[in-house]
Formats: sequence, structure tokens, C-alpha cells
Amino acid sequence: MTASARDALLESLLENARYTTEDLARMTGLDEGDVEAAIAELEADGVVRGYRPVVDWESTDRERVRAVVEVNVELDRETGYADVAERLAGYDAVDTLRLVSGDYDFHVEILGESMRDVSAFIADEVAPLPAVTQTVTHYAMTTYKESGVEFGDGDDDDRLSVSP
Amino acid sequence: MGIELSERVQAVPPSGIRKFFELAEERDDVISLGVGEPDFATPWRARTAAVDSLERGQTSYTANRGMASLREAISDHVGAKYDLAYDAEDEILVTAGASEAVDLAFRAFVNPGDTVAVAEPAYVSYAPGVTFAGGEVLPVPTYERDEFRLTREALEESGAADAEVLVMCFPNNPTGATMREEHLRPIAEFAVENDLTVVSDEIYAALQYEHEHTSIATLPGMRERTVVVNGFSKAYAMTGLRLGYVMGPSEAVMGMNRIHQYGMLSAPTTAQHAALEALESCDDAVAEMTAAYDRRRNFLLARFEELGIECFRAKGAFYAFPEVPTDQTGDAFAEDLLKAEGVAVVPGSVFGDGGEGHLRVSYATGLEDLREATDRLERFLD
Ligand SMILES: Cc1ncc(COP(=O)(O)O)c(C=O)c1O
Repeated sequence: MTASARDALLESLLENARYTTEDLARMTGLDEGDVEAAIAELEADGVVRGYRPVVDWESTDRERVRAVVEVNVELDRETGYADVAERLAGYDAVDTLRLVSGDYDFHVEILGESMRDVSAFIADEVAPLPAVTQTVTHYAMTTYKESGVEFGDGDDDDRLSVSP
Repeated sequence: MGIELSERVQAVPPSGIRKFFELAEERDDVISLGVGEPDFATPWRARTAAVDSLERGQTSYTANRGMASLREAISDHVGAKYDLAYDAEDEILVTAGASEAVDLAFRAFVNPGDTVAVAEPAYVSYAPGVTFAGGEVLPVPTYERDEFRLTREALEESGAADAEVLVMCFPNNPTGATMREEHLRPIAEFAVENDLTVVSDEIYAALQYEHEHTSIATLPGMRERTVVVNGFSKAYAMTGLRLGYVMGPSEAVMGMNRIHQYGMLSAPTTAQHAALEALESCDDAVAEMTAAYDRRRNFLLARFEELGIECFRAKGAFYAFPEVPTDQTGDAFAEDLLKAEGVAVVPGSVFGDGGEGHLRVSYATGLEDLREATDRLERFLD
């Protein structure tokens, strides 16, 4: 598998991770066996970590609350960023976790069933961690775009149906 | 008695594409592979630049030739990308689409009765443009066996040595054909030997999937006899903004500008601001769109092969040009396919007699639609 074939495959999956192996083969010029093998390789190498849909929860009748939490930590000889991250990442409620530059250390996105749920999680599980010195919680009010997908109505295809 | 149309207008028939447009409009489940423009919207940065310019009240005419900053950006862009060297001052003219540039070229270089050789199949505007300018069209065929590249033999056999002007377009609409430097060289030699002026429509230059673009104007002896037409419609998905440009030796470009300054004054100002931004910051967007076209091209060619449809491997623009898979004419096949399965394609004959027996299939359409359309095509052929 050449690096460029792997890249082409990755680009196709980024466009739509649900393309069938057959279609991926057609798009990349690889045969289906090679596509399967390349995807297995991307997964085994930890390049592709998972696949999931981009869900607009506001379009469902399920209550979902998303909060962005700024977390500040104080490290000591026994505790590094990785230790704190490992501790936080273990919770299902933590959807996204990044160490960031700037005024705080961790950017944590929490997904819960209700505001009470999320607040309780932060109060009971995040704030009490010995390394954590401060948390600032922002509840998301509306999502406009996620993982590269805009949640608006999109552009209509208003082209003439046949043109030169 | 009403208004009588000029003979020149009467001499040009309405476009053959019209019939398919009307048929396609009759039903609402049509998937169209008959569209000659990108399905992407203009890159966001270019769109916001247009809006910003409106908000700043930049709504007056520009210089006839176009904004100096835009001409300079074009000069830098074609220099870096295609090795073309044109002076922003007097060798570049910004036009209302490549369409205007092509029209200006004919009006500026063609005398009544002059012969204009047109490599066919060809974009539908060339022949009418030549007729409106009072010239005579001399079709020069290109063949599938040459992957629809223009050859020196075809130029010789069709008598193009006696023409005044040669019009060519690679990457090509409708075939998707491209020409490498080694293919362009004999054409350039022929043009020099026979003192032809060349109008090279390179509007699809940025959309090539297997090799770099070479402009015929970069070959020996060609700069002084070539005007290169390009624009923003295809590469930057800006068709509705109507912006193109033409580059060539000063006398040629200033000659075209003389018509443009009376006929157009200046190209749309809002579009010029969008275009400047496109050149400055939209390379990534172009790369992304090009990669998407390439995936679709591979997909479409793979599907044709599975369906047993003969199709040469087109390497540019966003068109494939397969053979008609039945013993019908392209026109009859396209009409039946549209009526039976709601898939629109354009018969090759619309682009000149040499296109008969082929179909133009555009892949400026999302992959879901391409899959559905080719599935319907498969059902139709069963
Ligand atoms: C070969 C060719 N030249 C010129 C044009 C016109 O482009 P513009 O939108 O810049 O006028 C087109 C559009 O379809 C084309 O295919």
C-alpha cells in the first residue's frame, strides 16, 4: 500500500465514512481486498480511531446537554498532564478532551442528559480531583457546526439541470 | 412587421442542449449528469470578500482592464502555476467570464470571410462566436484513438494551414481530454509554420488529475501568436459571478480591450473582489474540490467499465466522454435514458459532428447521485 493510496482512502473516508468498500475501491482505483487491508492498517496503526455519525440532537426528541468546561490544573512531582487526562478521559460523559494553550489547561466537552446531570458530574467528578484548581463551565446553547458538518439547511442545488 | 433579425443571428441555430434541458425540466426525479458547472458553492472566503466589498460600497466601475490589484494577482498566479509571464499593465484583460474573452478574441482577430479552425468536439460557443464575428468555421476533428487530443495530422488533413485562427481547449469540454507538452509541440510548430493566431481556452487548467497543465503559449514561437483564456468559473466554482480573463501580447490584449471598453466598460466589480480573494486564499479549497472530482472520475470510469461501456480515461475538467453503449445515435440514447430512468446526459453531437456516437457525462455531481445515476443506467441497459 503506497502512502498516496492510503491518503486517498483517508480523504474518501473523511468525506463519508459510510462509503462501501466497493465504492471506495472504485474511487481510489484499488481493488476491494486492498481497500479492506488498507483500512485495517489505518485502524491498527491508530490513524483511524473510530467512526460515528454527526448527530444534531436538536432535531431529535431526546434531551441532550453539551457543556464546554475549561479546567485548570496544578501539577506536582507525581502528577503530570497525562495522568489528569487519563483520569478524565475514562468517564463516558467526557466526549472530547484536549490539552490546550492559553488561559487554561484542558478543554473538556461533556455530554449529558440534562443540565443537572452535567453540573453534578463536574461537581462530583471533575472539580474534586486533587490536581484541578479551577473549572469554568459553558453550556452550549445552539450547535451550528460539528466535525466539519454545518447544521443549517445547506445550499440548494439551483443549477440549471442541463447546461453547456 | 416586427423586428427582423440580422442574417448573422439567423445563421446560428439555437443550442442543441436546449431540448434536453426542457425534457429534464419536465420531471422532478431527474439526476443530471448534464451540468457544465461545478456543484460546489464558491469558496467561503471569496464569497465573504464579495459581501465585504459591497458593504464598503465598492460598487462603481473599475478600470476597463480590471482592478490593477487583480491583474497583478493574476499575473503572479499564472506565473507561479503555469510558467506564463504576462505584464499586469497591458497583457491581461479581466472580462465578464471566459465567455466574453472568447467572444472578444473572435471580434478582435477575425475579418469577414476569415477561416477559424476549431478543434472538435468543442465547447458550444466557439462556432456561433466565429459566425457572429463574420468568420467561417473549419472543424478540425479529434479522435477517440488519440484520446481526443488535437493532432498535427488532423490539422493538415482538414486544411487548417489556410486558416487565420485556431481555437483549442484543453482540458476539453466536452471530452475531458488533456494535452501534455509533447502533444502540444507539433501543434505549436504547425501554428508557427502556418502563421496561425491561437486562441487557447484554458478555463479547466486547474482541473487535471494525472499530469500538470502546460499552456501552448509557453512553447517556442507561441507567445507572440497566442491569447490564453482562463477564468474563475470552473476552478473556483464561481460561474454565477461571471469573471474571466485573457492574456496575450500587448497589441492583441489592447485590441480586445478596445471592444471591451465600449461593449462592457468593465467586468463586474463585486466579482473582481471575490476573484482577488480567491487567488489570495483559496488554494486549499481548489485542492479539495479537485480531489473530490478525481474520486468521482475514478468512480464513474470504474462503473462504465463494470457496465461494459467503452470510455477513454479522461484526465481533466469534470467530464467523461463514453461511447453510446447501444446502436442508437447519442441523441436518441440520451432522450430514451432521460425518459425511462430520469438520468440526463448530453449527446456528444451537440459539440460538433465529431461528437456523434458519444455522450458527455459530467461528474460535477455528488457521489450519492453518481451512484444512483449509474445504477439507473445499469437498469436501463439490462
Ligand atoms: C470550455 C469553456 N470555455 C468557456 C466557458 C465559459 O466560462 P465562463 O463562465 O467563464 O464564461 C465554459 C463554460 O462552460 C467552458 O466549458
